[in-house]
Amino acid sequence: MNDLISQVQSLLENKTIDIFIGYEKGTRKPRPAFVSKAEEAGKLIFNENCSGNLAVYLTRKDLVEGKKVGIAASYYTLKNIILLFDENQLKEDHLRIITLSEKGEIQLLQSLEEIKQRLKEMSAPAKADEEEWVRKIDAMTVSERWAFWTEELSRCFKCYACRAACPMCYCTKCIVEINRPQWIQPWASVFSNMDWQINRVMHMAGRCSDCGACGAACPVGIPIHLLSHKMAEAVKENFGEPDEKGNVLSTFKPDDKENFIV
Amino acid sequence: MKRKYISRHSLMNCLKKVQTDGISLYAPVTRGEQTDFRFITSVDDLSFDSVQTVRSAKAVAFPCSEKLFSYTKEKNDVQLQDYNPDVLPEVLVFGLHPCDAVGFGPLGSIFNWDTQDKPYNERRKRLTLISLACTRADEYCFCTSVGGGPGNTEGSDIQLTPIQEDGYLAEIITDKGNEWYEKYSSFFEEAAEDIRKENYLVEIPVKFNIEEVERKMTELFESDIWQLQSERCIGCGACAFVCPTCACFDIQEDAHGNTGNRIRCWDSCGFALFTLHTSGDNPRSTQSQRWRQRLMHKFSYMPERLTVVGCTGCGRCSRACPVDMNLSDNLKMFNYE
Repeated sequence: MNDLISQVQSLLENKTIDIFIGYEKGTRKPRPAFVSKAEEAGKLIFNENCSGNLAVYLTRKDLVEGKKVGIAASYYTLKNIILLFDENQLKEDHLRIITLSEKGEIQLLQSLEEIKQRLKEMSAPAKADEEEWVRKIDAMTVSERWAFWTEELSRCFKCYACRAACPMCYCTKCIVEINRPQWIQPWASVFSNMDWQINRVMHMAGRCSDCGACGAACPVGIPIHLLSHKMAEAVKENFGEPDEKGNVLSTFKPDDKENFIV
Repeated sequence: MKRKYISRHSLMNCLKKVQTDGISLYAPVTRGEQTDFRFITSVDDLSFDSVQTVRSAKAVAFPCSEKLFSYTKEKNDVQLQDYNPDVLPEVLVFGLHPCDAVGFGPLGSIFNWDTQDKPYNERRKRLTLISLACTRADEYCFCTSVGGGPGNTEGSDIQLTPIQEDGYLAEIITDKGNEWYEKYSSFFEEAAEDIRKENYLVEIPVKFNIEEVERKMTELFESDIWQLQSERCIGCGACAFVCPTCACFDIQEDAHGNTGNRIRCWDSCGFALFTLHTSGDNPRSTQSQRWRQRLMHKFSYMPERLTVVGCTGCGRCSRACPVDMNLSDNLKMFNYE
C-alpha cells in the first residue's frame, strides 16, 4: 500500500494531478475516497476487494471540472474510461490512472494508448453468479421470462441507484425527468418500472462495460445488470465488437440493419 | 402493562386465525439473500431471523405510489371521485423491530404537521403493530444513539421478546394492543414473573451524543463539513426510500383524455430534480447542499418543528447505500470539542 500512497503523494505534490479518486476502508468493503492534499493520501487502499466502479465520478462536474484527475482503476473502470474517451467526456492529458498488476503491484498509466494496452493484458474478473443467472434465464420460455421480470421489477421503487452508479449514465437530463412529453410515468408500477429499465438498457447499447454496478447498487436486489449484460451480448452478435468509430447507439451507417423495425 | 407468554406454535396459530378473520398480514419474508416486508398469504413464509428488512414498514401507511383522487371532465364541469378509505384493509404489521415501530411517530408528525393527511391517517389507524424486540444486531444498528433501543416499546401495540427457542414474552402496550389481546387471549399464557426482558436483548453500543449532534449541526449550515461528507454520494434515492421516516413525495398526473388520477409517489431530497425550478434555477444545485438538507431535516428541523428526531437508528440507509455513506459515522463527526 505504501507504493500507492507515495505514488499519489508525488502526483499531488508535483501538481500532475489536483485530485485522486481511490478507495479507503469502508464499513464492510472498501469505499470511494477522494484526496486533494498529499498529507491525506495515507487513508488510501487498493486491492482486489476494491471493486466499485470509480469511473462514475469522472463525469461529476462539481468534483472534477477543470481539474487534473488521478484514479484507481480496476478492470471495469479501465473499460469505462475508454468508453468515456470514445464519447469525448475525458481529456487525455488531464487523467492519470493507477492499476494493479497481477502481482498486486501499482502501475501508472499516462495515456489512452497505455490504458488500451493494459486492458488487453488483463482478463475480466470471473462472475460465476452472473453466469448462473444468465444460464437460468436463457433456459426460460418467453412466458417464464415475462413472469420472472414482472416479479423482479414489481419490487423496483425508482430510487434510480442503478442510474446513479453507472459511469455511462452521465446525462444532465435523464429521460425519466422529461415531462413534456412524459415518456415514462415517474411513479413506481410494474409496467413503468419496466419502461424505465428497458429505456436505461437501450441507452446502453454498445456503451455498457458490463461492470454490473447497476445491479450491485440496487437496494432491493433486482438483478438488472443481467439486462445490460444480455444487451451487450445482443449487440456483439448483431453488430460485432466495438471499434473506435463509435458505439452502436450513437452512430449511424447507411447499411445498418433495419430488420428489427416493425 | 400486561405481560403474557406465547409459544411459537400458538403464535403461528394465532396469526392464522388473524388471517381467517379478514385481517391482512404485513411481515418480513426472506427471498434469496434479502428479507423484506410483504403482504403474506401463508404464515409459513414468515421470517423471524433477519437483523433488518431491506425496506422499513412505512409503505404500509405511506405507499410508494398512491392514487389520491380520480376525475372526469364533462363539458364545463369536473366530477371528482375522492379518496375512498372504506376499501382500505385492516392490517397487522408483524415482526417489525422497535426502530420501525417507533418510526411511525416522526412519520405521523410529518403527515399531521399542517394539513391532516387523510390517506396516511386512514391507513395508519387500520394498523396494529406487533414488534419483535431485537436479539441480534449488526454494525449498522444505532437505535441506542437516537433515544431508542432493542426493547423499546414506543410505537408498538404489542411487543414480543424471544425468551427461548420456541416462546416469547408478550408485552401488551397500548389500548389497541389490549383490544387485540382480548380478542386472541386464548393463544396466550401467563408469563412467569421473574422473566427479565433485558437479559434477552442484544447490546447496541451508543455511537454518538444526539443532543450534541443537534446542537452542532444547527450552527454548521455554512460549514465545509457537508462537502467533505458528501463527496462520494452519487445522488440516488436508496437511503430515502428504505428510511422509516423519510416522507418526501411528488404529485403526478395520470391523465387519459377526459379522465385521470392524481398520484402521490415517493421522492427524495437527494435528487437534483427535487428542487429544480421551472425557471431552470436549482436552489440546491450540488450534492453537498442536498446531503446537508437530508441531515439537517432529520437532526435539526424536525426536532425544532415537530419535537422529534427524524431518525430511528435502523441503519437501513447505510446498508442500502451503493457507496457506503455510513450515517452514524457521519453523525459522529458532529461530536467534537
